[in-house]
Amino acid sequence: MFFVFSPNVGQSQSFLIDLQEVINVGKINSITNKNAPNLILGLTKQMYSYASIKFVFMLKILHQLGEYFIFISKVFRRPEKGKVFRELYVKELWKLGVGSIGIIVIISGFMGMVITIQTASQINSGWIPAYLVGYTTRQSMILEFSPTMLALILSGKIGSNIASELGTMRVSEQIDALEIMGINSANYLVLPKITALMSIMPFLVILSMFIGIFFGYVICETVEIITPSDYITGIQYDFRPFDIVYALIKATIFAFLITSVSSYYGYYASGSALEVGRSSTKAVVYSSIAVLVFNYIITQMLLI
Amino acid sequence: MIEIKGINKSFGDNHVLRDIDVTFESGKANLLIGASGSGKTTLCKCTVGLHSPDSGTISYDGRIFNLMSRTEKKEVRREIGFLFQGSALFDYMTVEENILFPIKMFSNLTKREGLDRVNFCLDRVDLNGANKLMPSELSGGMKKRVGIARAISAKPKYLFCDEPNSGLDPQTSILIDNLIKEITHEYNMTTVVITHDMNSVLEIGEHTSFIHKGVMLWDGTNREIMDAETTELTDFVYASSFMKELKRMKG
Repeated sequence: MFFVFSPNVGQSQSFLIDLQEVINVGKINSITNKNAPNLILGLTKQMYSYASIKFVFMLKILHQLGEYFIFISKVFRRPEKGKVFRELYVKELWKLGVGSIGIIVIISGFMGMVITIQTASQINSGWIPAYLVGYTTRQSMILEFSPTMLALILSGKIGSNIASELGTMRVSEQIDALEIMGINSANYLVLPKITALMSIMPFLVILSMFIGIFFGYVICETVEIITPSDYITGIQYDFRPFDIVYALIKATIFAFLITSVSSYYGYYASGSALEVGRSSTKAVVYSSIAVLVFNYIITQMLLI
Repeated sequence: MIEIKGINKSFGDNHVLRDIDVTFESGKANLLIGASGSGKTTLCKCTVGLHSPDSGTISYDGRIFNLMSRTEKKEVRREIGFLFQGSALFDYMTVEENILFPIKMFSNLTKREGLDRVNFCLDRVDLNGANKLMPSELSGGMKKRVGIARAISAKPKYLFCDEPNSGLDPQTSILIDNLIKEITHEYNMTTVVITHDMNSVLEIGEHTSFIHKGVMLWDGTNREIMDAETTELTDFVYASSFMKELKRMKG
């Protein structure tokens, strides 16, 4: 399969026609085909334009990365007034953290129940001890579901919220108003969000772990797939406190990624309400990707 | 006084400002007029530092703004009040919180003193009792007045107003124009008003500068503007049928 990239649609089409003719006439005759010079020229042009598109794409990524780090350096400055920062921090703590408890309880509860049922339904051999269900539920919740799934859910909820809030402020010139007043707008608007989520995320993750494991127990009590005492034995079996530390490290880093990436896309939104919507979508997509990539990096660094 | 010398600004290939020289005098309402897309807002944004000019200097009472360090610029910006075209009120704050914001950030006033200042500013723009309203509950004219109250709450030395009466009815426009003029004289501020409204020019234009396609073509008073001989300016001034009729009667 050939992919033809060219800024000139006509040029791409002509190249495809030339290529088709070569295929029709036959490979040996293709070199003497009257369109052969065109084909070679077209191929060279396509390679050139493909390379230039790749180059432009790379440049765009580098530009965005550079802009992101400049943005972060603007955010992490000393706040103008400590009292104002503290007020905003508490407000964000409430909005981003406490405001997310509802969704965390729902997701973690169902997640715990599903893991328990799935594990129990897979382990139906007499050779495998039943307490492994509890053990698997605990490990899955602590190592992966609570920190990572929660981060992905929050990147949707909080990420779009932050990006649309900042994007609206940008297009309605509220950020310009802050700048004209001599206020570092990135620091004023974004630092409370980042610090608030970074400080509350570990608590949310611990809450999620408890709820997930507890609802697993509730399933054992109600559905009778394994005995509750087996489940309790399983969740106590071979417990390593470092797993909790690992999950909390991940959670804190994910909190930073979600808030900073979303804030970046919101802060640099430009144009109309349509652009605010686009930046909100980008915020969710890229913060989720960042969470997944860093999940892999942190796991490899800490567990291997 | 704000002095602008040799300002050039381009966005890519689009040369928006070309060698702009203009002086905005203290204690006067300085009007910057021109057709849409002539570069008025860009010049204003360069003046307050939202855009960096490609060349030239901008000085605030002898302090060259565009050559200052970030910290020095911050100090100058605290002396600037800015009324945006869309008011740019913080929509998650009440009217009172909006006006209190610059006071809270930059002064050491107590909460009581701050609130007194807020009430004074609201009284000045004739919006007593609007303290607890949210921006979404205000009309266009009220938003502009809250914008003015916020701009003057920290007692600025320089006031910039970007099309303060766009989207307002003629009566409210005159009210806003007169408010700006009165405040300018009361606090002896250097006020720069960007507009393309001829009513504003005739009402408050103590010093008017005309910009056309990024070039400063004329400056003078609102009395002189009627007799100006610059073709682009006369085309701009006498664009409406009312002004044409006025010209005919005057002739």
